[in-house]
Amino acid sequence: MMMGSNGGGPDEGIGRRRFLGYVVAAPTLVVATELNLTPTSDVGLPSPELTELLDLNDMMTAAALPTSGLISVEVNQDGTVSFALPRAEVGQGITTSTAMLIAEEMAVPLERVRVTLADARPELVFNQLTGGSNTTIATYVPIRVAAAIARNRLLATAATELGSAVTDLTLKAGVITNRSGRSVDIGALAEKAASTRTQQVSVELTSRENFTVIGRPHNRIDALDAVTGRKKFAMDLDVPDAKPTMVCRPPTINGKVGSVANLAEVRAMPGVTDVVTISTGVAVRARTFGQCIDAVRALRVSWKSGTAEGTSDETVLRKLEAAELPLGLKPLTPTVEGKFTFYFRSNSALEPNCAIADVRAGRAEIWSALKSPLTAKQTIAAKLGLPVGSVTVHVTEGGGSFGRKLFFDAALEAAEVSQKIGKPVKLMWHRADDSRQGRTHPMATSRVRAAYLGNTVLSYKQRHTSVSTDLGHGLGEIITAMAARLPVGDIGFSQTFFHLSQAMSYNFGASSQLLNETDKSFNTGSMRNVYSPDVTCARELIVDQLAAKMGKDPYRFRHDFLRDDRSRAVLAKVAEVGAWGRSMQAGTAQGIAFHAEYKAVSAVLVEIDCRPETVNRPIRDGVAGPRVTKMVIAVDVGLAVNPRGLEAQMMGCAMDGIALALTSSLHLRDGYFLEASWDNYFYTRQWNTPPELRIIVMPSTSEEPGGAGELGVAASLAAVACAYGRATGTMPTSFPINHGTLSFTPKPTVPPIPPSPTDGLNHAR
Amino acid sequence: MPQHTFRVNGEQVTVDVDGDVRLLWVLRDILGITGPKYGCGINVCKACTSHINGKAVNPCAIPVADLQPTDEVTTIEGLPATVGKELHPMQQAWLDRDVAQCGYCQPGQIMAAVALVRRAKAEGRGITDADLDGLRNICRCGTYSRIREAIKAGAENM
Repeated sequence: MMMGSNGGGPDEGIGRRRFLGYVVAAPTLVVATELNLTPTSDVGLPSPELTELLDLNDMMTAAALPTSGLISVEVNQDGTVSFALPRAEVGQGITTSTAMLIAEEMAVPLERVRVTLADARPELVFNQLTGGSNTTIATYVPIRVAAAIARNRLLATAATELGSAVTDLTLKAGVITNRSGRSVDIGALAEKAASTRTQQVSVELTSRENFTVIGRPHNRIDALDAVTGRKKFAMDLDVPDAKPTMVCRPPTINGKVGSVANLAEVRAMPGVTDVVTISTGVAVRARTFGQCIDAVRALRVSWKSGTAEGTSDETVLRKLEAAELPLGLKPLTPTVEGKFTFYFRSNSALEPNCAIADVRAGRAEIWSALKSPLTAKQTIAAKLGLPVGSVTVHVTEGGGSFGRKLFFDAALEAAEVSQKIGKPVKLMWHRADDSRQGRTHPMATSRVRAAYLGNTVLSYKQRHTSVSTDLGHGLGEIITAMAARLPVGDIGFSQTFFHLSQAMSYNFGASSQLLNETDKSFNTGSMRNVYSPDVTCARELIVDQLAAKMGKDPYRFRHDFLRDDRSRAVLAKVAEVGAWGRSMQAGTAQGIAFHAEYKAVSAVLVEIDCRPETVNRPIRDGVAGPRVTKMVIAVDVGLAVNPRGLEAQMMGCAMDGIALALTSSLHLRDGYFLEASWDNYFYTRQWNTPPELRIIVMPSTSEEPGGAGELGVAASLAAVACAYGRATGTMPTSFPINHGTLSFTPKPTVPPIPPSPTDGLNHAR
Repeated sequence: MPQHTFRVNGEQVTVDVDGDVRLLWVLRDILGITGPKYGCGINVCKACTSHINGKAVNPCAIPVADLQPTDEVTTIEGLPATVGKELHPMQQAWLDRDVAQCGYCQPGQIMAAVALVRRAKAEGRGITDADLDGLRNICRCGTYSRIREAIKAGAENM
């Protein structure tokens, strides 16, 4: 099991921990603290189980230690409290959980806390990356410290105002009251509590038993905006003269423009203002996106080869086979072996790649949902030939990420177009572009061998071989920077990432899990939960095989071999709630799986229906396939700041797991992906949704929060795969299981995007 | 440039634009009504779902010239006014269950849900699991289960 970084603070042993922060010179009360206050784990001696010493989150937290960028909480005269979060909100609910931390420490109603997203702040160095489910882990203490300093300062000011001792005051719902009932709102104190000079102060945090906000379910603070259409995404912003812009893209992956035959003709099309060749294609700017689509389709471009010419699923599979690390000599004891293939998958969000750019002489301004805004800022500045300080990068709320928004492909393109034509642009990728030229979760194979004797598993070896995962978005910088400090020594950052994220949760004797990556031809990136879904799926299927060989029940086997109580507790919970072992009809079955990561543990129980009448039920332009009929998920993330938000994340992880197991993949042929529509790429739809879904947030076992945004994907995929294997009597070895059947007619690659339909009114219903 | 007149969220509007420009772009790029979202542009993802004369449509697939001056377009922004309240019961059901995650697909989901419930009511029946299975709106965050619960609850107050 992974250990949390709950080591000692500076004053531990002499009572509760105190933290340092600042009251900042400002017209109203502004308090600040360093973003990195959490104690770090000591890096110990090398061990076979690296994740016990240090997991990815410890490293991300530790990486930022030398930086001194402050985060600040501001009290406004209207009684609201403002905080600019240096992370990206892309649906995971961190603006809400952050507001909860502030509401807790300041004793203000949640509705009075305004959380916005901070612009790119280079002084934060490594500490403005949203990924690895690290946000809450890294910000939990610092944000509370800032809020606690504000609370103390407000109480001290109120004491003067009301002529009472601080100990005679209570702060509740944003109002400070003394014993005789006189009260003052914090808004009325905002100016008086301000400081004319910046001073350092120390503070204690609210102890856990006194929490009234943290740990209780809260609805999202942006829910009203979301359901009324008021929530603003990048393409909804009204930046003056930023006109719709799209790019005509190559027919194969990363192809380049040769020449354009009809520039003048397209420039004269209705609404079109500019047409210009850029490094990724031919950009069109117009009055409306509809006119951009028409212009992109009208362009006659001759294209040069891309980076993946002639490749297909088969050629990549051969390359992976050639790169596979050996499992070594087969032991003399009995073994269980398996080789699993995971095809390319798309991490497209529903909001496509998009950005607004306004590049003028000597300066640039960018708006986009960015999880690595610092890397974006540096890269855009380099591309434009501007000093980094002349590029302003605003982080907008994102319409989903799933790893995609770790990259800033659209922002870089928008900046290039804006510079070339000298006008602001609102650049958006067409869905077909997003699917065909966007980032993918790399194709991978996993070979596993487990040796056993009697009731003992003697060894477990896993060799994961993957098309290279592009981590060059800033997380890479962190890992590179930290690699020298790690016990694994000087290995590449994808290796380090792999080792830090893959825990071996079972007592399986000598265990080794190795990664080898090959082939940089593709636009890849981390997809939600990165390596873990594939690695865990392969492992859990082999666990089922081991259990069968030993004549044990799959649940009982896992329970016996898991390493600690916390892991066994989530497993036992899903078994109990999901009625593990109940009798099921032929063609239907249960599956169960476990996964630990992000200082958290998760277990999933699935029931699946693989009977022909279910698999073959008619779905227009979609894939029916086996139906997951029930799913029970139990998670222990340590302290769950917002259980309702955590449940939402686990629900999404469940839907991802179903898609990864059964339906969603990209098909590579002739150097391009065939998928160009949501009706080609079969992410879970309502007809694939489990009618019964239970999510159980376990009572907290820790004082500190674990990561949650990605936690449930691995065990969900694995549980569906295990259930499928048990229902069909055959262990699946290729994912998603329907990859071999192409369930749609591929759209043409020239023009690169499909025409806009005209028959919408005929479908009114 | 040709003019096109129709009603949006209770107001008569006239736009100067070529007739083949799809309604989604007229709403978003010309009228600044950004509730309906782009997710595919080919009537597949349903993120732009809005109503015309009370029925669910996808503006990405409707040339603006197809609209008549009396046609009433309702986007998520105009939904509450159709019941004369600050929030439509379906929006309230959405809030009660904290359905939204990133929120990008949610306007389309809600508009599709309202039309579905109206259809079922017109047929004198309640919402079935088959109805819910038939909804094609993509939610890439995967909040499908809460969507199903909210539609059933919202239907009771419609």
